[in-house]
Amino acid sequence: MDVRSNAAGKVRIVVIYAVLLIWVAFTIIPLYWMLVTSLTDATMSATLSPSWFPLKPSLAPYARFLGKSQAPRWLLNSAIVACAITLGNVIFSSMAGYAFAKLRFPGRDAIFWILLSTMMLPYHVTLIPTYILVINKLGMGDTYTALIVPFLCTVSNTFLMKQYMSTLPSTLIEAARIDACTEFGIYRKIIFPIAKPGLAVVAIFTFVSYWNQFFWPFLVTSSNSMRTVQVGLASFRFAEATDFGAMMAGAVLASLPVVALFFSLQKYFLQGITVGALKG
Amino acid sequence: MKREYTWCYIFIAMPVLLFLAFTLYPIVSAFIMSFQYYSVLESTWVGLDNYKYALTDPVFWRSMRVTLVYTVGTVPVNVLISLGLAYLVFQLRERARTFFKAALYLPAVTSGVTMSLVWLWILDPTPSGLLNQALGWFGIDNVIWLGSSKTALLSLMLMTYFGSHGPALILYLSAMGGIPKSLYEAADVDAASNWSKLRNITWPLLKPTTLYLLVTGVISSFQVFMNVYLMTQGGPNFATSTIAYLIYQNAFRYFDFGLASAMSFLLAVVIVAVSAIQFKYMSTDVEY
Repeated sequence: MDVRSNAAGKVRIVVIYAVLLIWVAFTIIPLYWMLVTSLTDATMSATLSPSWFPLKPSLAPYARFLGKSQAPRWLLNSAIVACAITLGNVIFSSMAGYAFAKLRFPGRDAIFWILLSTMMLPYHVTLIPTYILVINKLGMGDTYTALIVPFLCTVSNTFLMKQYMSTLPSTLIEAARIDACTEFGIYRKIIFPIAKPGLAVVAIFTFVSYWNQFFWPFLVTSSNSMRTVQVGLASFRFAEATDFGAMMAGAVLASLPVVALFFSLQKYFLQGITVGALKG
Repeated sequence: MKREYTWCYIFIAMPVLLFLAFTLYPIVSAFIMSFQYYSVLESTWVGLDNYKYALTDPVFWRSMRVTLVYTVGTVPVNVLISLGLAYLVFQLRERARTFFKAALYLPAVTSGVTMSLVWLWILDPTPSGLLNQALGWFGIDNVIWLGSSKTALLSLMLMTYFGSHGPALILYLSAMGGIPKSLYEAADVDAASNWSKLRNITWPLLKPTTLYLLVTGVISSFQVFMNVYLMTQGGPNFATSTIAYLIYQNAFRYFDFGLASAMSFLLAVVIVAVSAIQFKYMSTDVEY
């Protein structure tokens, strides 16, 4: 597909660049508009007409958002929940992935396929009984436990780690077994360290998706101080329905951690997602 | 030998326990619940009444139709957009590729709540709304995007087109990278056009990726809830009341858990059926 060799090829490349840059502009505009609006001071949407560049940038919308909400607490809650879930998934999905990929035990394949078979089921089927279980039967409404425990080791991460582990050489494990390592010792001293690139991918995607999670925290939190930042932002949208400046300020604050993560670990985002997605 | 098995089961204990508590038990419980009039305090066995009610309820069918229109209007379009973008990006040099991958991926890391709020503002019905401003440059009158039953669903679909195609783009690019160059060289010998190469080599060999994107896209599109909740509340005049939003309302507004469970099983049946049809018509065992 080398098309750069002649004049027609050059024109073609220029056209490709133009189309792609226009499309990039379309996808970036919403984020840019969010940032510009959050820096423009006006309280009512009808009077708010931000220019494309904030000529008189103002932090007033941020002050309003912080003043009318419990944003620092929401951000803290999101950080606690997303970090705990990420840590859980790194540890438990790597253990399970290792067992499913490299160890032999009765029922292994059956258990794995049973876990996997329910992935296609819509979330709403399990939602109501899970809600009743957590809120009414276990009385865990409005707690970190309710926000964290159901997601400590997801089936998709277990699947991802199983795919990843099966690419690791079995000879290392056999060598360790001859050296009389215990099974847990093999996992901790050999498997966990060499699985780190795969685990980085699991960690990043898990953190982002639970930082951004909305529905479950929305259902199980009832007090303002237990809300995660996404739920808090949603409640702010209904409480201050016309104050787009403050809403956008909140949106910027809620996005900053994941956007920062994206820019610092771009490599993992852009390669990682293909791991295990199409195999099996 | 036995101790070895013990460790195996300890290693898989966490996902299995979570599965039993938060997937298997809820499935069984929801299934039983769907044959009951169930509220938090009492439950009565009502047989198939919930299913009968759902299947004869015009609100249920209207929500199914809204969901179907939304799915048909978004999933194939977005898969095609991703494929088009991947086709273009693939022809560039490595550094340009990385730039476009990153730029097109970025919106995917921001949350659905954030994007809903931004689009609420872009689609603001006053002339200061971004989209209305832009249309104003071309002399087109104000549109009450989310406030009119004619344009509300269209608006929700529109925002997915300008959302992130990054994850799909990356899947397509890696699949394109796996197509052997020799196939294109052979086509060059036959003086095949670019279009013919795209149609006869690239497209068939990308089918597994396309199938994967269609199936996962349909599954998540059938469950669309957050945009509806935050932007339209199912309105105006139920124009955007998707099936997931209806289930949410039945369960958590009217606390009719039995009916909501019955509807979620009907949704599950539809999703499984649609996925099966896609597999049947799309999957060809391509070996290369």
